[in-house]
Amino acid sequence: MSKVLQHGDRSWQALLITVSILVLVLMLAIGWMLWRGSSGAHQTFGWGFLAPTSLVSWDPVNDHFQAWPFIYGTLLTSLIAILIALPISLGIAIFLVELCPAWLRTPLTWMVELLAAIPSVVYGLWGIFIFLPVVVTPLGNFLAETLAHLPWIGILFSGPMSASGSSRLAACLILAIMIIPTISAVSRDVFMAIPNAQHEASLALGSTLWETIWQVLIPYGLSGILGAVMLGLGRALGETMAVTMVIGNSIEGSASLLRPGYTMASVIANEFAEAVSKLHTEVLVEVGLVLFFMTMLLNILARFLVWRVARRTPLEVRT
Amino acid sequence: MTHQGELLGQRRLARERTRRVSNMVMLIMTGLLTLIALIPLAWIIAYVILRGGRSLNLAFFTQLPRPLGMAGGGVLHAIEGTIIVSLLAAVFAIPPGVLAAFYAARNPNTTLGIALRFGTDVLSGVPSIVVGLFAYAVLVKPMGHYSALAGGAALAVLMLPTIIRTTEEMLKLVPHTLREGSLALGASEWKTSLSVLFPAALNGIFTGFLLALSRAAGETAPLLFTTLGNERYDIKFIVTSGIKSHQGIFQVLERILDQPVDSLPLTLWKYAQQPYPERIEQAWGVALVLMLVVLSINIASRLWIQVRARRLKGS
Amino acid sequence: MEMPTPQQKAEFARNDPKMEVKGLSVNYKKFRALDGIDLSIQAQRITAIIGPSGCGKSTLLRSFNRMNDLTPGCHMEGAIHLDGEDLLASGVDVVDIRRRVGMVFQRPNPFPKSIYDNVAYGPRLYHIRRKSDLDEMVETSLRSAALWEEVKDKLNQSGMSLSGGQQQRLCIARALAVEPEVILMDEPASALDPISTLKIEELMQDLKKDYTIVIVTHNMQQAARVSDFTAMMMIDDQRAGRLIEFDQTNLIFTRPKDKRTEDYVTGRFG
Repeated sequence: MSKVLQHGDRSWQALLITVSILVLVLMLAIGWMLWRGSSGAHQTFGWGFLAPTSLVSWDPVNDHFQAWPFIYGTLLTSLIAILIALPISLGIAIFLVELCPAWLRTPLTWMVELLAAIPSVVYGLWGIFIFLPVVVTPLGNFLAETLAHLPWIGILFSGPMSASGSSRLAACLILAIMIIPTISAVSRDVFMAIPNAQHEASLALGSTLWETIWQVLIPYGLSGILGAVMLGLGRALGETMAVTMVIGNSIEGSASLLRPGYTMASVIANEFAEAVSKLHTEVLVEVGLVLFFMTMLLNILARFLVWRVARRTPLEVRT
Repeated sequence: MTHQGELLGQRRLARERTRRVSNMVMLIMTGLLTLIALIPLAWIIAYVILRGGRSLNLAFFTQLPRPLGMAGGGVLHAIEGTIIVSLLAAVFAIPPGVLAAFYAARNPNTTLGIALRFGTDVLSGVPSIVVGLFAYAVLVKPMGHYSALAGGAALAVLMLPTIIRTTEEMLKLVPHTLREGSLALGASEWKTSLSVLFPAALNGIFTGFLLALSRAAGETAPLLFTTLGNERYDIKFIVTSGIKSHQGIFQVLERILDQPVDSLPLTLWKYAQQPYPERIEQAWGVALVLMLVVLSINIASRLWIQVRARRLKGS
Repeated sequence: MEMPTPQQKAEFARNDPKMEVKGLSVNYKKFRALDGIDLSIQAQRITAIIGPSGCGKSTLLRSFNRMNDLTPGCHMEGAIHLDGEDLLASGVDVVDIRRRVGMVFQRPNPFPKSIYDNVAYGPRLYHIRRKSDLDEMVETSLRSAALWEEVKDKLNQSGMSLSGGQQQRLCIARALAVEPEVILMDEPASALDPISTLKIEELMQDLKKDYTIVIVTHNMQQAARVSDFTAMMMIDDQRAGRLIEFDQTNLIFTRPKDKRTEDYVTGRFG
């Protein structure tokens, strides 16, 4: 298509292109600034900063820093949040797509999405004063009694439940609530992208609706659902305020869900403003850098997976 | 009957009841799970309304906070702070967002167009606290102090992906006949874009901006290291004292924009951690205001998008 | 076409109807799609349903296995008897009806699983787990669908890697694996090339020995080639589909009783 450029059009195009490039540059700039801001930390600690260790070493006074407790806290809370959120989100997606009467569909969808619209601090406030005493503390005590003596997973439930309820468990539960809208919305899109012919083929063979969903639709959309989980995981990794308000913000050396913990996002939120030394600041920035990379990689992978299901229409009939 | 047929027949009858029951149970489960997910929603909203409502009075909205330990006072500083920071975010995010969207909508298949879409997606996944760190490194440190400007810039980064995406979608919805008609009349590309396409898509762009704003207004993390907080922030005072001491408009603006400010989410966070019961009650009040503002913008813009989509489909 | 001998006539008459349709009407919300259909489907014969597009052929076919239920707002009146049992009665097990009355669709729709797993899908629903049983069932079904020789060495490949004609035969094998009594075919060859079409038609002649087949087709020559009985449908003034004529195929095509049938089969419209 040949373009007849008119007066002023060249500058317009140039403006558009410049701005678009700047937006791209922004993304790279974030990574770069984080790298620069943590240069001192790289030089001092190298890769060992991130390595898993049982040592509890976060000593701003003596400049000994080790990020593993936060990485552990972030991964543990996020992964368990996914475990809790996934069945619920899939259930919601299945209900909305397959079972819900048409008039109820939009209101219910909006209500689920409203869960994502509530600000994180409000979740945190409710978490501290209501959720912790009413739900988390009793639940934690119950889990401590029943599960602490089991062989492998007992470690996760050992130790007395923290008195105030501030614990990794609380963070897991609140995170689960907050990521349900993400996972269910994307899963819904995945289900709706599955061709109707698959539905019909399965039902025409004498399957029940659940068998169709479980044995045909979910396998068909599996990579998309995986993408939904990754998007949810990305959100959980970066969630700051609600987590920091209920997780207790302390490093104890315990791996248990029932004890207070720390995540990468919450340590930055908590300590950055009062960082004791330049190295302390840089170390926190490096934690931010790690968080940035993790969420970026997850996001890219997730979009790719979701894109794959939409593209996978059945092969055109070849003759 | 064949052996195969017999086996099938036997197993079929044996499994019939189990299959029917499993089907019913699992399908009911999905409904239950949906209900379970909505319980926290109802709980939080109801509780915040009930408890926060108790703290709301005129003073709450019009006064600055009283010293710690004293009852009364309000959160005027936070309300004004939120408004200022949101306005700044809008000013910083809308022009580049809209322009980039114009490019992406017209050139979806160029390298830059694809890279732009990719970059927007990635940007939307960056945690807000990381954006806060970024704004700190780029603005606060060089400037030497915290400010509403830095906070606005941080929020703008958060809003940018949403604005680009919504604007692009709205532009794509504008019938191409509109654009072709304008070009056929001899108008240039840029004139067509600005005076034909942009107004046609304006509604949708505005609602996209509102949706982005509703998210940004509730964010705390990016403001932690950029605006810091300021309990004595009072725009009316700044303006009137500026007039009294014959300050120029730029100086007044500077005093409004270039100093630390509080905001509703930030105030909520701070108050929630203080051991004074008055502050905690006010925290609930702030939560109510914040939640209502965010949710109503969210719902309003969704409704508007739906109405427009229906209108467009009908035409 | 030859006239049937008295012997042949008697043979046809002796057959009990496998399915009997009495006064079937199908409504989608306010719209009446089918009105007052009366029809007898003979066992172990091929019945073709023909008519101009939009006359409700597919709607009629899909009533036989209650697939119409999937369309929101669908409401059916009348009765469809399968071996004497009314499929439209309340409380009937729709899931089992769909097993007894199988369906092959216009566009082949294999699952994105292996060829083996596609065919084994049905038996596995009944918890048939032993490999030897499943292997036997898969082979039998693929043989009946005239596909075994072509795929026996690549049973683990994806069902979607086959050609169009093979995919359709895979779908037939998949349907056969649950041992249906009736097989419904909704324009099964319209998306295929002539050679695959011929293969499917030959397959149908084989299958009719064990199954009752009902086929919807817009291709009159195909109906004439393949079927024993033909039902001619058209829409009336209220845009509802009606059964115009039903008879042995050779009679429909050589001595149609209704002028509209004659006009259609001689190609005056369609």
